[in-house]
Amino acid sequence: MDYFLSEEQLMIKELCAQIAQEKVIPVRAELDEKEEFPWEIMKVMASSDLFGLFIPEEYGGLGKGSFELTIAVEELSKACLGVSTTYAANALGTYPILLFGTGEQKKKYLPDIAAGKRLVAFGLTEANAGSDAGGTRTTARLEGDHYVINGTKQWITNGGEAEIYTVIAITDRSKGPRGASAFIVEKGTPGFSFGKKEKKMGIRASATRELVFEDCRVPKENLISKEGMGFLVAMKTLDSSRVGVGAQGVGVAQGAFDEAVKFARQRVQFGHPVIGFQAIQHMIADMATEIEAARALVYAAARYADSGAKDVTKVSSMAKLFATDVAMRVTTNSVQVMGGSGYMREYPVEKMMRDAKILQIYEGTNQIQRNVIAQNIIKEAAKAK
Amino acid sequence: MKIAVCIKQVPDTAEVRINRETGTLIREGVPSIINPYDTHAIEAALSIREMLGGTVCAVTMGPPQAEASLREAISLGVDEAFLVTGREFAGADTLATACALSGVIKKIGADLIICGKQAIDGDTAQVGPEVAEFLDIPHVSYVKKIIEVNAESIKVERMMDDGSDIVEAGLPALITVVRELNTPRLPSLKGKMNAKKAEIKKMGAAELGLPPEVVGFNGSPTQVKKIFTPGPRGGRKQLEGPLEEQIDALINELLEKKCL
Ligand SMILES: Cc1cc2nc3c(=O)[nH]c(=O)nc-3n(C[C@H](O)[C@H](O)[C@H](O)COP(=O)(O)OP(=O)(O)OC[C@H]3O[C@@H](n4cnc5c(N)ncnc54)[C@H](O)[C@@H]3O)c2cc1C
Ligand SMILES: Cc1cc2nc3c(=O)[nH]c(=O)nc-3n(C[C@H](O)[C@H](O)[C@H](O)COP(=O)(O)OP(=O)(O)OC[C@H]3O[C@@H](n4cnc5c(N)ncnc54)[C@H](O)[C@@H]3O)c2cc1C
Repeated sequence: MDYFLSEEQLMIKELCAQIAQEKVIPVRAELDEKEEFPWEIMKVMASSDLFGLFIPEEYGGLGKGSFELTIAVEELSKACLGVSTTYAANALGTYPILLFGTGEQKKKYLPDIAAGKRLVAFGLTEANAGSDAGGTRTTARLEGDHYVINGTKQWITNGGEAEIYTVIAITDRSKGPRGASAFIVEKGTPGFSFGKKEKKMGIRASATRELVFEDCRVPKENLISKEGMGFLVAMKTLDSSRVGVGAQGVGVAQGAFDEAVKFARQRVQFGHPVIGFQAIQHMIADMATEIEAARALVYAAARYADSGAKDVTKVSSMAKLFATDVAMRVTTNSVQVMGGSGYMREYPVEKMMRDAKILQIYEGTNQIQRNVIAQNIIKEAAKAK
Repeated sequence: MKIAVCIKQVPDTAEVRINRETGTLIREGVPSIINPYDTHAIEAALSIREMLGGTVCAVTMGPPQAEASLREAISLGVDEAFLVTGREFAGADTLATACALSGVIKKIGADLIICGKQAIDGDTAQVGPEVAEFLDIPHVSYVKKIIEVNAESIKVERMMDDGSDIVEAGLPALITVVRELNTPRLPSLKGKMNAKKAEIKKMGAAELGLPPEVVGFNGSPTQVKKIFTPGPRGGRKQLEGPLEEQIDALINELLEKKCL
């Protein structure tokens, strides 16, 4: 299918495909096995300008939008979700500054982020605040010129590796959801440390870690937007990044599908390549159709966001939901098409299936996406009356 | 520091087939790439520029399509690109190629010239040293490490059959490089965007001030008479029988030949 990419968009796709081919595929199994953070690959991506893709030109970026980021994430995800998660979580952590930061904050942080000199992470989730961000316990108390942060964030992607953290904490519990605020915390700030690094089913090259705040004092200027805007910052951030998770789904599905087709043409049983069996053909036809449908929806959602649309929540949730469910089905069926070989680490689909699962969980589980889509439909219906 | 890199566009030999009758490469439909050794030359030039400042220009002699290689060089960070092209250059041997390349380098001026060790299609490894001779400057070939470089001189380690030499040369000089030297970088997005619009300066023999008799077929004292695949090397002996006997036979043979 031709999505009529511009010349520049094709360049981005081509460059990411080259990085995937030359720098990611040769090491992905090893990074997975050793649970090793992909620093070498991040350095290559930095010198290829990819960290600046969605950052305005005035801060040293390329000034592109959601759509270009989608293309980049999709290409990388074809090769390795652990790597693409590292890259996409950097964008997730950057959005609060990009969308709500002051001129000073942007000037201070965005150039380094665009250059890939400093990696970013986003900290919302806590032990008692998963799907329900209302359970947030981490607090920030204003004391003179500083906010004093206390609490623990869990399962934070790029935790420990990133230099810049955007973190949600409660500044006024009496105000409920309007009592949360967003902060920028730099690695190395006294009172800020890292807890255990998680051992995971998949995306094992990606680092997932606890952020621990013990009387951590951050300058007042590190408050993003105003006090009380924390959850809004978080929701708008997730609205922007969610399409990227959809793009990860499209990418990993395509990556697994390509392996399955290649294998099915070569594997001979009962005197035929297994691709000759109709049962396999139908699986392949379904997979290809679903991948294309997912890609079309993800691209449409990204272009919608870039059009300046005000409320992208429903569309971005649909793109995330559909594309990541497709990713799980397609990676599972790719293993099925390859039989026992698909189950072995010798072939990449085993890892792809393990990796794909996270996409249905992080940045809002797919149950939560369905809730959100339904809530929006109810709201729209009520307005239409 | 002004650095010139000579790059040659070559067929991707990983995908090339050979015409058994003529012994020549079947070039049709084979993608073209920058000669792999030359990508190491580009990388060396760019990292020297990062250290010392200055400019890097890429030079190639070839048909109009060779422009693609120069654009690729720009996407990697090369500042300027020159394409020596025209019918008059057709049928060049290494001497005529080196003559044309030295012509353009004289024109643009360079403190350091970097070539690949050899081209993967022609394979002679002659062009680099010949360019240096035309320019009357020192050259060091098979460079695997650049130890030091400054405005006056360059100190390198060159590969030899029996180890390596450390050599220092005054600038201007020419070096030819091997793969061990570095890992070539990937292009950047800004580089790719620049490459799209960059101007490639084209030059013919007239612009270079070269008379027709020194370039192309006319300037080539060597001519290809026959192309063939060389037979296996002679003087080999294959041992047979059980492993133990083979080992004994090998030891005896080596003792007889006074190798042990
Ligand atoms: C590898 C990894 C990386 C992560 N990276 C980050 C990060 O960088 N930053 C960050 O802030 N967080 C991160 N997270 C956290 C992630 O966003 C949460 O795990 C996710 O939002 C779900 O929360 P939970 O795991 O607590 O599940 P729970 O909320 O405990 O949900 C358990 C189950 O109940 C269902 N459920 C819950 N509420 C409802 C409801 N109202 N209706 C229907 N079903 C419901 C869920 O769908 C799920 O199936 C990461 C998580 C993982 C595993
Ligand atoms: C199919 C084929 C047919 C040929 N036919 C003839 C013929 O009819 N008559 C004849 O005399 N010779 C012929 N040649 C040889 C041809 O002249 C050489 O390819 C050419 O001179 C370069 O030599 P080389 O490829 O051995 O390069 P090398 O000497 O191995 O290259 C070393 C380095 O020199 C530089 N360099 C080499 N060539 C160029 C270039 N064009 N532009 C910029 N830099 C360069 C690069 O840095 C390269 O890494 C033929 C070669 C081939 C492959």
